[in-house]
Amino acid sequence: MHVPVTITVNGQRYEHQVEPRLLLVHFLREVIGATGTKIGCDTSQCGACTVLLDGVSMKSCTALAVQADGYEVTTIEGLANGSELHPIQDAFWEKHGLQCGFCTPGMILASVELLRTTPDPTDEQIRHGLEGNICRCTGYQNIVRAIRHAAGTMAGQR
Amino acid sequence: MYAPEFAYYRAGSLAEAGQLLQQHPGAKLLAGGHSLIPLLKLRLTTPPALIDIGRLDELKGISVTDGRVRIGALTTHAELAASSELAARCPALAEAAGLIGDPAVRNRGTIGGNVAHADPASDLPTVLRALDATIAVTVDGSERSIPAADFFEGMMETALGDHDIVTAIEVPAASAGQGQAYIKFSHPASRYAVVGAAASVTLTGGTISTAAVALGGLVPVATRADSVEQALTGQTPSVDTIAAAAAAVSADLGDDLIGDIYASAEYRRAMAPVCVKRALTAAVERAG
Repeated sequence: MHVPVTITVNGQRYEHQVEPRLLLVHFLREVIGATGTKIGCDTSQCGACTVLLDGVSMKSCTALAVQADGYEVTTIEGLANGSELHPIQDAFWEKHGLQCGFCTPGMILASVELLRTTPDPTDEQIRHGLEGNICRCTGYQNIVRAIRHAAGTMAGQR
Repeated sequence: MYAPEFAYYRAGSLAEAGQLLQQHPGAKLLAGGHSLIPLLKLRLTTPPALIDIGRLDELKGISVTDGRVRIGALTTHAELAASSELAARCPALAEAAGLIGDPAVRNRGTIGGNVAHADPASDLPTVLRALDATIAVTVDGSERSIPAADFFEGMMETALGDHDIVTAIEVPAASAGQGQAYIKFSHPASRYAVVGAAASVTLTGGTISTAAVALGGLVPVATRADSVEQALTGQTPSVDTIAAAAAAVSADLGDDLIGDIYASAEYRRAMAPVCVKRALTAAVERAG
């Protein structure tokens, strides 16, 4: 069985026939070739696959592509405005919020969610907001600094 | 991980979901998918078809009528945790919902899907047992209510029949003098409960008139802690009475405690009175 889906990813509309069992993360990586979204644990614990569905964070390894039919997905590839990085991307660069970079796409999308729901977070709120994202390199200190930095930048832009 | 193949049908209404269940024997309902999809990927369940009810607005939202809070089955954990109505009337439920998984998981997981799967490491069944909730279920267009005590039958086992659809969860609103709390000792990566304890305590004239305590995480199915409740009822709350009541939980734990790679059964047994004590202390404080 294949079913038709129409999923808008980073503003571009994609129409495909997919198997119902196709996970959203596989749709992104293998069907449309947007490999910025990573697969880590594949059990909705590590957060490497975090994307936004209609602007709200979710783990794309624990969603079927058919569940995203008709929705808009935002991945790491869709955050920058041309060559201008999103303030959170810029902050991760500025504060060295990554080493190997594997967790970074999910970490940044989870940070978008955090600053959407809590625009001026305390360090504790940042750490709780990132509970579902695991980094094995940084010890999180610089990630927290990056998000604090991004919150300041984004407050200045409002 | 790929799930085995299955057919997929999206229901446009609750009635259509019921018809699709009749037409496709063995089919499972898909809501947020945060219990079901992991099971499919691990091939612990292999339904021939999924019926997607995730877009049925009629199953969403929280309403309050005559002292009962009705929570639509598709209400997400994030919505439960953010609800001021729930925080005022069923605070332990809102508290527990905010401790599930992480923000991205809470954005997708639903209360209906959660109870329908009855995962022993889950949080909400523990709270629903302590608060004497009922689960509203529809089959063939007629709704019935199942008390949580009868609904949760065993590890991943419920009283749901093949064609039943969970439509709502109903919880009595907290009364004056009632304090509630949920304490969770969670696994650091999965955030599942190693031990969870829910407590609801009512103080009348400085005395504990009723106490309801339930446990999850370490038992195969969410369980009331009768010994703890009996030890508290009629007592004046103090550090000593709470500690003594919490210690009584050992009598409520059977010999079938869960032990796994995350925590041994012995460790969970030792943590049970700790979590119960913390839950009771918080509930008494909030009742006062």
